[in-house]
Amino acid sequence: MQSRGLLGIEPLTAEDIQKILDRSRFYQPLQARTGKKLTSLSGKTILHLFYESSTRTRTSFEIAAKRLGADTLSITAKGSSVDKGESLLDTMNTLAAMRPDAIVMRHASSGAPHFLARYLETPIINAGDGTHEHPTQALLDALTILDHKPSLAGLRVAIIGDIVHSRVARSNLHLLTKFGAQVVLCGPPPMVPKELERFSPLVSRTFRIEEAITDADVIMMLRVQLERHGSYLVSSANEYFRFYGLRLEHLKSAKPDAIVMHPGPINRGREISSEVADFPRSVILNQVENGVAVRMAVLDLLFPSN
Amino acid sequence: MNELLIQNGRIIDPSQRLDLHADLLIRDGRVAAIGEKLPVGTAKCIDVSGCIVAPGFIDLHCHLREPGKEHAETIESGGKAAVAGGFTSVLCMPNTTPVNDNPALTHFIIQTAKQKSPANVFPVGAISEGSRGERLAPIAELQEAGAVAISDDGIPVMSAALMWRAMSYSAGLGITVIDHCEDLTLSAGGQMHEGYTAIRYGLAGISGTSEDIMVARNILLAEKSGAKFHVAHLSTAKSLDLVREAKRRGLSVSCEVTPHHFTLTDEDVQDYDTNYKMKPPLRSQQDREALLQGLADGTVDAIATDHAPHAGSEKMQEFDQAPFGIIGFETALGLALDRLYHKGLINLNRLVELLSTNPARIAGIDRGTLKPGSVADITIFDLERRWTYDVNQTQSRSRNTPFHGTSFLGGPVATIVAGEIVWKAD
Repeated sequence: MQSRGLLGIEPLTAEDIQKILDRSRFYQPLQARTGKKLTSLSGKTILHLFYESSTRTRTSFEIAAKRLGADTLSITAKGSSVDKGESLLDTMNTLAAMRPDAIVMRHASSGAPHFLARYLETPIINAGDGTHEHPTQALLDALTILDHKPSLAGLRVAIIGDIVHSRVARSNLHLLTKFGAQVVLCGPPPMVPKELERFSPLVSRTFRIEEAITDADVIMMLRVQLERHGSYLVSSANEYFRFYGLRLEHLKSAKPDAIVMHPGPINRGREISSEVADFPRSVILNQVENGVAVRMAVLDLLFPSN
Repeated sequence: MNELLIQNGRIIDPSQRLDLHADLLIRDGRVAAIGEKLPVGTAKCIDVSGCIVAPGFIDLHCHLREPGKEHAETIESGGKAAVAGGFTSVLCMPNTTPVNDNPALTHFIIQTAKQKSPANVFPVGAISEGSRGERLAPIAELQEAGAVAISDDGIPVMSAALMWRAMSYSAGLGITVIDHCEDLTLSAGGQMHEGYTAIRYGLAGISGTSEDIMVARNILLAEKSGAKFHVAHLSTAKSLDLVREAKRRGLSVSCEVTPHHFTLTDEDVQDYDTNYKMKPPLRSQQDREALLQGLADGTVDAIATDHAPHAGSEKMQEFDQAPFGIIGFETALGLALDRLYHKGLINLNRLVELLSTNPARIAGIDRGTLKPGSVADITIFDLERRWTYDVNQTQSRSRNTPFHGTSFLGGPVATIVAGEIVWKAD
């Protein structure tokens, strides 16, 4: 892990990632217990700063911090000094002056946490920056895959959807290829530019969902980022679902034990049919559950004394 | 009589095919004589042994921000930065607030420059009113007031019909049309060159195609209208091929390249540092190599800085929120010497052509020469001095540069405008 904070998966080594996953496993059983509160971060203050809407990630981070005994504070862009025209850097300097021990942030601009990290001493955990990275999502995805598969190496993972606008896809590409998984990217051509293949020799692309799913061990569906480009880059939602939506019949060509994942929020009938979302090998809710364990591990490892 | 004798320099003037070790005498602001061991008489002397003496450098492309954004730059501060970079003349783009689309504003810029700027300032007028791309600006009136070219730089003309009218009008007036070639529908939302680095960083791309399409369109319109068309800050291999082909067909088409585009690529964009954010964006290595080739083979006519000051507060933002552009006067010659001359890509004669002779021709101004009788605008530079750029010492009001801390071999030594030494290296 980096000395300070967690800005992305790309700069991490496989060993760094393994360390987080190992620690996450330690916290997994805790989630099902009744008494969940620990004290390892007691006395620490974690600031959650969300400049972009989020339900699951913010809740997950806050629960993780609270379960470790930290004090948490949550700020959304609306109703803060952002509305008064303060720059991001000034807002962050102001907040940092109150000496939080870590800042968890989400921002619509790619690189916003990297920009701030150049000026702030406080460790920053990236909870999603624009269309760049969402490192804790990739970590919880890896943990979820490993709950079902012995290792990542050699797996065939199909990532299907709006790849170019997806921070989840980028973080997953980095993480999965660092561990030797094969990644097949699939979506309408404007959403899957050829430059993506340069991430790693293990990455390939196809524009046919049937081809992506054939022999897949893991099928990862992504939401179309309507808010980023305002349209489907194809003619309609119906056309998108017809050609790139995941339906039960597709799963026949996947490996018999293939799992279906989705980072949420899911749009039934848009990128995934209701039947697939609810089918037994859909692990979407396991992903959410693992999110808390992974974020506990990330927060925990921020403070070496623990 | 006011005389200045520049002694023992190596005089390079492509307009006269001159390259010789000699003295140059200035009398009353004009070049009086060039020759070996000229008599001193009553002249004030400066010894420039080991230095190059060239016709004053002319920057075809800069932004002085006055009126409207004086916190970022003024005609005075920009002029001081220009002469500190060896530029004796600059062409300032019309995207001020308000836009320079009327003779009163053109006049204001010229008068302010006369009073406050050590460098000559030649305004570029707008193509359209407010650069809104709807109706033509009064191009003839702008020319009469002193504008030497027209452009809607930064807010380029999207309508082919309007560009056609601007070119056919300008062809008759003999004024050059400069275009920032960018199809805004293709580049919308873009933050850096469309390529692997942009995909990695999750930043929307600005394709080379968005430039090439407009270069092609404008060349076709220039051919039809007979206009003099100049491509601003050309940045792609394909656009350069289009210009090369247009020249082969004998069209009046020219182009400039910036020092940052011949020095850096999109892979140099690091850590979301907005000092690497400009338009056109830093392109691919393949594009950069094509530009170097064009600089060497003569396809590129000029080196222009696209000096674009922005206050620190504007640049110190999220990458996609920060404005495009970097300052460039003070590092242009250092980069040209270090990255072109010392690398063996161009000789000194070509360097002076790119920075003085050709820009004067494109702008249609009576500069860029040391012929006796011409205005004594002179740039003196050396080839061997090692120096490091410290932006904290800049004459500009802004500090947005990726070249802070960069070391150069060779750079400006003294700048003379109309016979007066307006800047000297420490």
